[in-house]
Amino acid sequence: MDVRAHLSMLLHLDKCIGCHTCSVACKNIWTDRRGAEYMWWNNVETRPGTGYPTGWENQQHYGGGWRRNDKGKLGLALHSRPKALANLFFSPKMPEIDDYYEPFTFRYEDLITAPESDQQPTAIPISQITGLPMEIEGGPNWDDDLSGSDIYARNDPSLDAVPKAIRHQLEEIERVVFSYLPRICNHCLNPSCIGSCPSGAIYKRSEDGVVLVNESKCRAWRMCVSACPYKKVYYNWSTGKSEKCIHCFPRLETGQAPACAHSCVGRIRYIGVLLYDAERIPETAAVPEDRLLETQSDIILDPSDPEVIEAARVAGIDDGWMDAARRSPVYQFVKEWKIALPLHSEYRTIPMMYYVPPLSPIMTTVEQSLIRLDLPDEEVDFELFHELDKARLPIAYLAKLFAAGDEKVIRRILRKMLAVRLYKRRQSISGEVDETTLRLVEEAGTSVTEIEATYRLTTLAKLAERFVLPPYNREVSIESLQDPLAHKGEVGVGYMRPPRRGS
Amino acid sequence: MNWNQVLFDVFPYVALTLAVLGTVVRWRARPSTVSSLSSQLLERRKLYWGSVAFHWGIIILLLAHLVVLILPRSVERWNQVPARLYALEMTGLALGVWTLVGLGILIFRRLSEPKVKAVTSSMDLVLLAVLTLQVVTGLWIALGYRFGSQWAPAVFVPYIRSLLSLQPRSDLVAALPWVLRLHALAFFVLLALLPFSRLVHILSLPLGYLTRPWQIVLRVRPRSVAPPLPRP
Repeated sequence: MDVRAHLSMLLHLDKCIGCHTCSVACKNIWTDRRGAEYMWWNNVETRPGTGYPTGWENQQHYGGGWRRNDKGKLGLALHSRPKALANLFFSPKMPEIDDYYEPFTFRYEDLITAPESDQQPTAIPISQITGLPMEIEGGPNWDDDLSGSDIYARNDPSLDAVPKAIRHQLEEIERVVFSYLPRICNHCLNPSCIGSCPSGAIYKRSEDGVVLVNESKCRAWRMCVSACPYKKVYYNWSTGKSEKCIHCFPRLETGQAPACAHSCVGRIRYIGVLLYDAERIPETAAVPEDRLLETQSDIILDPSDPEVIEAARVAGIDDGWMDAARRSPVYQFVKEWKIALPLHSEYRTIPMMYYVPPLSPIMTTVEQSLIRLDLPDEEVDFELFHELDKARLPIAYLAKLFAAGDEKVIRRILRKMLAVRLYKRRQSISGEVDETTLRLVEEAGTSVTEIEATYRLTTLAKLAERFVLPPYNREVSIESLQDPLAHKGEVGVGYMRPPRRGS
Repeated sequence: MNWNQVLFDVFPYVALTLAVLGTVVRWRARPSTVSSLSSQLLERRKLYWGSVAFHWGIIILLLAHLVVLILPRSVERWNQVPARLYALEMTGLALGVWTLVGLGILIFRRLSEPKVKAVTSSMDLVLLAVLTLQVVTGLWIALGYRFGSQWAPAVFVPYIRSLLSLQPRSDLVAALPWVLRLHALAFFVLLALLPFSRLVHILSLPLGYLTRPWQIVLRVRPRSVAPPLPRP
């Protein structure tokens, strides 16, 4: 057993309001630079929808992730090693700027410098690449809230899994449904970006699992952009280097949560340590499709297991990290309550960011062609519990996103979440919980204690409970490289040189 | 010292020194500026037709030149059969045309696409001009001084070898037609430009990718707490 620690994020989609505060916080700190304007290391998508970049889930087109061949061996979907070298001069599956959007700003100075005229001056849109006037034709959230039509939603690659009849229903105006999907780099255990990089410039940190691009080694072969199935590695067209979400490691190292999580209005994000067995990564990534979810969950170790604790001690994992792992809210959601899943585990990169799938209201109940509106709220919920297929968001769709197509898992999770809701509603409305609800709790495979704990962490948890950040002991690793006494009186240790475009 | 000596006795060494020192300095002091500076993100269709043709064409031609330099006798022996000579020269000519077409597309793309133009430096334009000179003179020689592979081993290789053995003999090229000398000179200019332009990306050919493990994990923190360092 080779125990390593991972700083993971959990996103509770049932709480996401789609406000994009995370995206803006991230943009302000990291990507408000020339060449990076089009990058949204954190973005929020309306689903069903085509996402950003457009249709990123279509791996036939973009060639992201790993593929398991008939012999059970794993290889990049993008290329074999020799083919990578042959494709250096033109990377066939790489998205173009218009697959994201051409970054734009407005010529604001026109508003004050325009000559006197009968008309109001306007600020015309200009491209942030060329500086020339442009027609804005897209943006990172162009189909936000479906943009008033289902044209985008219809092109969602994940809708392929949904039966035709249900798809037709989705297009009816009364049944239109959407939910939000915030996405950052998944900081995978088996990242295909690292595997695809000819220069070997991308690496994973063993101490916390953050995947980073070494800007000094990157040579702009841009295979990572295509190989990442989540399209979360971006090419900076100005510096000629790839960039990606750095999980706000400078913030993590100083005890702050990543900016996206910290700024989250809906408090949907949780940060915590997960322990995993690095030895099992190759086999875990290569299991047959139907065992993906189970094995990817098995690779995460129990931080209270004496065997794991001993192995972690041997691996040099700090006690502070072990303590954080035991208090990890992510561990609770993922392993104890089992209501969180990774996004698209079938890409086989073993993503380490987890999602609690969203609940959705029941579709209007139609009886004898009359819409039944008289059903009391509690009963609607009970009805939903027993007939999840009546939920607005098709189970098949959620299964395609989070469970590699396994609807059973999604049903189990949604039932559990509904059980929490029904139990707490009964409790707060009538003061005591009736037999029917208790039976339902049992049916959902949960218990009253678990419900109380889930409820607490979901709704009441304060900052310190949502973000259980481990001590990084940066001073220790700095001392192993530099003698602090020799650098007495200086500000910081070492310096950075930001990448700039070479001639 | 006449011009011929300056250009063919001295300049090659200046170019080589610049190339070596410049590259070492840039590689070590400013590694974050070393990049192929791909613009595929901004435009892909023209790049496909231009970049693939240009790169493969010029790489194969460069290797062919290297073969003539290293194994002149073998090339001479190969060329003894006329059919083989024609095949070799035809292939070279075709590759040259292919390269020139690719280069033409790349230049057209760089000037006609506003987005690509936005990331074009003056060094890029200089480079494209010298590369064009290189390829055009090459084609000129292939057509006008048939057959290069036949006379080069006897006429040109001795000069390059004299350079490599540090006893430059510019007199060997003094009487050659000016196109030939321009072709050689363009190469030396490219050599000199190597560290100061995007050409430097040639040196980062990632052959290590063929053998490295898929995953790269770096340990930022020592495995156990490091022992205290001795005080200075």
